[in-house]
Amino acid sequence: MTPEAGGVDAVIDAVTAVFLVLGALMSLTATIGLLRFPDLMSRMHAATKPQVLGLFLLLAAIGLQMRQWWVWPVLVVAWIFQLLTVPVSAHMVGRAGYRTKHLHPELLSVDELEAVVRRSAAEQEGTGTGPASTAGSAEDPELDDVLGLGEAGDGALRGAAGQNLDDRGDGRGDQGEGKG
Amino acid sequence: MSRKPISLRTELPLLIWLVIVWGALWRDFSPGNLLFGALIALVVARIFYLPPVELSGRFNVLRAFPFALVFLAKVVAASFQVIYLAVAKGPKVVNAVVEVPLRSHSDLMVTATGHVLSLIPGSLVVEVDRSTSTLYIHGLDIRDEADAARLRKEVQDTEAGLIRIMGTKAELEALEAETAPPAAGTTKGATP
Repeated sequence: MTPEAGGVDAVIDAVTAVFLVLGALMSLTATIGLLRFPDLMSRMHAATKPQVLGLFLLLAAIGLQMRQWWVWPVLVVAWIFQLLTVPVSAHMVGRAGYRTKHLHPELLSVDELEAVVRRSAAEQEGTGTGPASTAGSAEDPELDDVLGLGEAGDGALRGAAGQNLDDRGDGRGDQGEGKG
Repeated sequence: MSRKPISLRTELPLLIWLVIVWGALWRDFSPGNLLFGALIALVVARIFYLPPVELSGRFNVLRAFPFALVFLAKVVAASFQVIYLAVAKGPKVVNAVVEVPLRSHSDLMVTATGHVLSLIPGSLVVEVDRSTSTLYIHGLDIRDEADAARLRKEVQDTEAGLIRIMGTKAELEALEAETAPPAAGTTKGATP
């Protein structure tokens, strides 16, 4: 082995080491975030996002160490699938969390979705059409669909409007845990 | 179930992607393997029919490359921000759910914007109103209206970047018309 090649190897090893440690740190963040953040949605931020970078760094480290060209396509495909699936799962959990009131309104400085949900709920009850909304006209069926107040939505609405006593209790427990 | 026949040209990006995945999984990019992969891709695309993704027909590589770099930089910066928030603020963090109307009404563009935003730590798409293409975004550490306005602007900038890369011509023209005169933006919340 020539000294030059040894130098390149050392550089690659050093870069790999940095990538591995940083990638592991990103995964550690998820744990810290889960423990420290107060409600479901802020936990979702910690649990899903830094992983994208963490996985990228770990895969890059693998690619650097394997030094065979054919691993790269596999690694790239793995990362792309991560990119495609992470937002979807984060969105589904966040959306379900919002609807089941697993959030602390007092921790939100702005909540522009609440008014829309309330208006949509009122329409569903048939008590009033409300003023022209910013988020779609009253007769628009798709809004209902979007807010899950459509076909299967009646139950979901009841869940959101009335039956959430359990959820609230749950939330309070959550909160206490958060403060403690 | 009604089936719109799809032209081979519309399907081509999907087929190419399937062949690349095939090659990557076999770790073999020899012509024979790729040909067999293409055959399987065709059969799969015919049998397991999905509604075609409506691409705009243009893709600006020159814009896409810097966008990808900026995106990666944002992911790195925001990851460290989330670490900081998790360690320093923890339970005291203040969030917000912000309503952001998008310019484009194409499903692809709304999906792409939502994906990019969700991948950047600190913002999470909670709800999508498809009829008005409005995103409801949960932002981490949004303390007041100014922060919310900043988040809103970032969302719309992201969408503008995506439109420049792969929006339709009509969307691009609308965007140019909007950004050309620096006078009052039509977008809600641009002026706090």
